[in-house]
Amino acid sequence: MLLEVRDLHVEFRTRDGVAKAVNGVNYSVDEGETLAVLGESGSGKSVTAQAVMGILDTPPGKITGGEILFRGKDLLKFKEDERRKVRGAEMAMIFQDALSSLNPVLSVGDQLGEMFIVHRGMSRKDARTKAVELMDRVRIPGAAQRVRDYPHQFSGGMRQRIMIAMALALEPALIIADEPTTALDVTVQAQVMDLLAELQRELHMGLILITHDLGVVADVADKIAVMYAGRIVESAPVHDIYKAPAHPYTRGLLDSIPRLDQKGQELYAIKGLPPNLMHIPPGCAFNPRCPMAQDVCRTDEPELYEVDQHRGSACHFWRECLNG
Amino acid sequence: MPEQPFEPERAIAGTGMGGAMDLAASEAETLEQQSSAASGGRAPGGPEGTGPSGKPHSLWSDAWRDLRRNPVFIISALVILFLVVISLWPSLIASGNPLKCDLAKAQEGSQPGHPFGYDGQGCDVYTRTVYGTRTSVTVGVLATLGVAIFGSVLGGLAGFFGGVWDSILSRLTDIFFAIPVVLGGLVLLSVVTSNTVWPVIGFMVLLGWPQISRIARGSVITAKQNDYVQAARALGASNSRLLLRHITPNAVAPVIVVATIALGTYISLEATLSYLGVGLKPPTVSWGIDISAASQYIRNAPHMLLWPAGALAITVLAFIMLGDAVRDALDPKLR
Amino acid sequence: MAESILEVTGLVKHYPLTQGILFKKQVGAVKAVDGVDFTLNKGETLGIVGESGCGKSTVAKMLVNLERPTEGSIKFKGEDISRMSGRALKAARRNIQMVFQDPYTSLNPRMTVGDIIGEPYEIHPEVAPKGDRRKRVQDLLDVVGLNPEYINRYPHQFSGGQRQRIGIARGLALRPEVIVADEPVSALDVSVQAQVINLLDRLQDEFDLSYIFIAHDLSIVRHISDRVGVMYLGRIVEIGKDEEIYDHPTHPYTQALLSAVPVPDPDARDHRERIILAGDVPSPTNIPSGCRFRTRCWKAQERCSLEVPLLAVPAEFRLASGPAAHDSACHFAEEKQVVPQEETPEATPDDLDQGAE
Repeated sequence: MLLEVRDLHVEFRTRDGVAKAVNGVNYSVDEGETLAVLGESGSGKSVTAQAVMGILDTPPGKITGGEILFRGKDLLKFKEDERRKVRGAEMAMIFQDALSSLNPVLSVGDQLGEMFIVHRGMSRKDARTKAVELMDRVRIPGAAQRVRDYPHQFSGGMRQRIMIAMALALEPALIIADEPTTALDVTVQAQVMDLLAELQRELHMGLILITHDLGVVADVADKIAVMYAGRIVESAPVHDIYKAPAHPYTRGLLDSIPRLDQKGQELYAIKGLPPNLMHIPPGCAFNPRCPMAQDVCRTDEPELYEVDQHRGSACHFWRECLNG
Repeated sequence: MPEQPFEPERAIAGTGMGGAMDLAASEAETLEQQSSAASGGRAPGGPEGTGPSGKPHSLWSDAWRDLRRNPVFIISALVILFLVVISLWPSLIASGNPLKCDLAKAQEGSQPGHPFGYDGQGCDVYTRTVYGTRTSVTVGVLATLGVAIFGSVLGGLAGFFGGVWDSILSRLTDIFFAIPVVLGGLVLLSVVTSNTVWPVIGFMVLLGWPQISRIARGSVITAKQNDYVQAARALGASNSRLLLRHITPNAVAPVIVVATIALGTYISLEATLSYLGVGLKPPTVSWGIDISAASQYIRNAPHMLLWPAGALAITVLAFIMLGDAVRDALDPKLR
Repeated sequence: MAESILEVTGLVKHYPLTQGILFKKQVGAVKAVDGVDFTLNKGETLGIVGESGCGKSTVAKMLVNLERPTEGSIKFKGEDISRMSGRALKAARRNIQMVFQDPYTSLNPRMTVGDIIGEPYEIHPEVAPKGDRRKRVQDLLDVVGLNPEYINRYPHQFSGGQRQRIGIARGLALRPEVIVADEPVSALDVSVQAQVINLLDRLQDEFDLSYIFIAHDLSIVRHISDRVGVMYLGRIVEIGKDEEIYDHPTHPYTQALLSAVPVPDPDARDHRERIILAGDVPSPTNIPSGCRFRTRCWKAQERCSLEVPLLAVPAEFRLASGPAAHDSACHFAEEKQVVPQEETPEATPDDLDQGAE
């Protein structure tokens, strides 16, 4: 297994109390595999990714438990300089906002080339050549000329391509993409997502796609982990989950999105709001919003029950949910 | 290569870190109110009604809560409170008369009843330092008020209405920024014969307003672009309503911050001008005048210089610290 | 045919680009909106979709008189409101209100919820007598599904979805007949979006509202709209009833747009045809000649660079009366189905009851 996250716990200590952002997350991704981590804001999906990358802000964040195994070795036991070697070279991250992730005062060529100079000890000239190659690879037209341009001279889609090029530069084994296309228009989004999926296949990388968009997930993911209040509530191969969700939250999400191919009646709406991470309800965190909640849900926290060999659901009533 | 000015993984990680911070902040901020909704049967709930911070609180009261916990604020506020009190009632701690001098005691050091010693004219340094507070605080406060009112009205209106007046004002501020303060003071104030604090204050307002005007203009322009201003406009709100109700409350924070910090610098500017002989003139009691007078005797009687200079430094520092604390409380992003 | 309430003709908004410090001279223009026509009927929802920079938000601003059109007219019940000023304008504003995109910036952080929703009455005191206002504000809070007791709280004490409800309540205060909603749910979480959409749906019936619903999310627009207009670079390129646009699009841009929307169905990904457009949207300062879409269109021919296609029923469909016969600004319009058609299980009444009410 390329990456395995085991029982990860992350807290944020703020002035007003302790926010439990991640509460026992398990997931894994293999080479050539795409795992989509689906969740709303505050579900802990980005925090988990930051913990994996080792870029969590500590403080206020604190990893309070668990393991992050990369090729079998626990990254949390690494020293910071060892960790830094992994970052960029072995795993890389793509962010939502490409403009603020790129340095505005350096040309994109310099920024791409820097990777090779620092990690590979290349000369400036070779690094520049590599930068042009990379830009070609992410299909930026006229790469040889545009290598001298600054980030603001590119459109949003092109900037996101540069971010992808930067992440791919050292051919990492794992890419974490945090809402990579959320800020882009649909037509551009399709271009960028296609490119990312294609490069992933080509380089046989593991891809963790963090998103809230059920459509994007259906298009590219192999398996899905649905997060709610810092826990994985359902994990399953992509086809299964869309066919028959085994957790009421997943079901609610799928039912609540309007469809392109039909004009709906009233939309199903999950009632209420995501919980306050400082006061997560006892029992199942979803119980106050759940149409199926029983007394047991208010007292006992459900474990991730095995639905079948590849599937898990953290719902006491996953059977009922699965059967509609 | 630890000394690399640019670390690629940091560049990649850049937003990630910001993201984590934002997340923590937003969790602290928005999630606070959500749980009651989730637990209530009513679908769209509301803010927590029973939580520890259940009572409605505005951003100003949040800032106040922040300030009360900030030691920098507490110390500087206490110092300033003390300064204000003794500038109003100097006789509370100094029984003597600052203008009653005895040449026979000139330059004498510390002695019982006269802890700071005597100056070159034989006046009690302690009494003069205490009485000097009034001048410094008066000049600082009035100059700041003048600058803040004049600057923020001009800058705010220019920012709000834009157009030609804005262009003219912007160029005008550029011109004023180009005037060297001390040189300007030497030239302008040397022709003044008045013996009051007003010419000095007037000069400070004249050269100080562009600073505030620029800040006010910028923050009004920022506030003006907010959707809630657009929303009020779409409702048909008049310009005065937009300015008073929507823009000013949201644009005033940076002005307050800069003005508080500027207050300290005006006090030291007064001292500078008085030292150079163009500011206040005797018999006005001022730290600047005393520092100027004491500088001739610095080798023989350093105490004459130390006390008023120390008082000046503490005062300026207190206002700058206060400004810093207020800035942190009002606008955490400005840090 | 239904009675029209809003009629927009030849709407143009150009922002001049100037140079010079004090004395400015015009060196060009950003053609944000470049000739838009549409009609909104009473009680209906007209969706306007398009990518960022297509001018849809500028149209919204002109409709609520936040921007003055460079040319063209906006007629509310036959009266041009875009040239009004003073008292007449103020009165006209009452009829068309706006719901903003970002619930975080559209509410004044220094005002209480009661002040925010009550402000319309302060600006238009004739609508509600002073003693009545607090009651009205509380009623509005109740209508949008918020607890009326929260009247004294500040916006930052609410979540995004709740803030958007506050924004909607403010929009309703003056009992407008038209509401312009500019991306009202795009800043919200998926599970909260549905609540707000349902609320807008319900309010439309309750208050007899007509909506202009502007969004980039084609699925949401289809859900809420009766008719849909597709904008590209300042113009509407195709407009029609929702099934005409979604199931029978004839403009290549609409087809590309629809085909690019990710569909939440993993089975569709292998047999779905995706039209991936090349390149980026051209700059609105430098709009291509002829058909503005031709630089990205796979069908473009010489004619497209010479002749501006008009927004009308294309000649080849003019005689037919089927769903393909709707306005489409393309010289080579042809019908093409790009949205996978699929029967989905009927929502059970039980499901619907769970909606946020």
